[in-house]
Amino acid sequence: MTPVMALLKRDLTLAFHQRAELLQPVIFFLLVITLFPLAVGPNASTLQIIGPGVIWVAAILSSLLGLERLFRDDYQDGSLEHLMLSTTPLPLIALAKVTTHWLTSIVPLIVLSPLLAIFLHLSEAMYWALLATLLLGTPLLSLVGAIAVALTVGLNRGGVLLALLLVPIFIPLLIFATSAVDSAAMELPYTAQLAFIAAMLLFALALAPFAIAYALKVSQN
Amino acid sequence: MWKWLHPYAKPERSYQLCQTLLPWFAVLGGLSLLVGTFWGLAIAPADYQQGEAFRIIYIHVPSAILSKTLYCTMAVAAFIGLVWQVKTAFMAMVAVAPVGAMITFVSLITGAAWGKPMWGTWWEWDARLTSQLILMFLFIGVMSLYKSFEDPQQGGKAAGVMAMVGIINLPIIHYSVEWWNSLHQGATLLKMDKPSMATEMLWPLLVCIVSWALVSGAIFLLRLQNELLRREIKRPWVVALVLNNNESNNTASAVNKE
Repeated sequence: MTPVMALLKRDLTLAFHQRAELLQPVIFFLLVITLFPLAVGPNASTLQIIGPGVIWVAAILSSLLGLERLFRDDYQDGSLEHLMLSTTPLPLIALAKVTTHWLTSIVPLIVLSPLLAIFLHLSEAMYWALLATLLLGTPLLSLVGAIAVALTVGLNRGGVLLALLLVPIFIPLLIFATSAVDSAAMELPYTAQLAFIAAMLLFALALAPFAIAYALKVSQN
Repeated sequence: MWKWLHPYAKPERSYQLCQTLLPWFAVLGGLSLLVGTFWGLAIAPADYQQGEAFRIIYIHVPSAILSKTLYCTMAVAAFIGLVWQVKTAFMAMVAVAPVGAMITFVSLITGAAWGKPMWGTWWEWDARLTSQLILMFLFIGVMSLYKSFEDPQQGGKAAGVMAMVGIINLPIIHYSVEWWNSLHQGATLLKMDKPSMATEMLWPLLVCIVSWALVSGAIFLLRLQNELLRREIKRPWVVALVLNNNESNNTASAVNKE
């Protein structure tokens, strides 16, 4: 496990050195959320209805921004090739990369979520449900997203293509997550939705590292 | 399976297979399309509730059924390509994707056209419509990923991975969308409550479904042939094929002159 831990540490250190790039998706996330009250009006009850959906859509969009960076630098300076030639299994390396992405571009969004709950007038029950869906659902964004990033890393114009590939695939997650928060708003149990998200997460955790590894091989040709 | 499959890894053999199959698909498909459409649009009785408007079923249902079938076809081709490293399988995948996207588009358009007189709106966020829309995005994603690579071989592999991810997601999307909709509005608007359609209506529908499958098969074969020729354009077998064609054309024109 040590090489994987070393890789994780290296990636985290690198990420914290590029603070501007680290912050941009977070600012983008906040900006998108700020746009909605301006667009639909400051009415508290409206905001409460659309709130969970808005937060999730913004989280998906800003995670796409951070995803692009996942393998790019390593691919350009050739260290990805070194990693692939090393004796550590490639799926484990991929998993370490995904963990880095989750820690650096998604955890800040989760940390910000109480602020958003205030912005969008979410009730306390809704907030706890939102937090649970974010904690369970966002690793799925990183895992599945990494497959598409690994496929497009060799292309120069990855950005829009990445969104085109990933957004349809994230739709089930969005549906389950927002319906969990909706149930919480009506004070209904939402464990079923959480169980669905957890099931998808475990499924992706089992398969995605291998798909990412294969996709990286395709990209390196 | 392997013994049966592996000769067709050779582009030349696949080309010949397409050549043999194409007339059957094209002739049978064309004929049944004419028969089925005429039967459905002109002869079958009008629906007692929906009147003449129901006749769009003879275009809508075949396209809706085929769209998912074609996605599965694409994913199976991708699977064969990824597992057994068959490069013609990737060409088949690339050939089937635009056909599938087009058919999905047709089913969306006809669905909207049917929705207007029946439900009073062009678009309703009904579970089936929504999952069909997402299916079209999945097709487009696979196609555009393939197009962004300069090397078609690499692009085929990448698009194949994406097609596999999509096929795993397709049932999840389907059921989550159905569940989402039923949560929000209780009763579904359009449901084929009576699968026991009147036989006079059912038969032309079956003919139409078969004909659409055959016609899209024929288009797929043509596209696959094109793809094979384009990729192998410098290989001896393509050159020989073109030379042969030219020769037979030349002799034909010579006969005409005499």
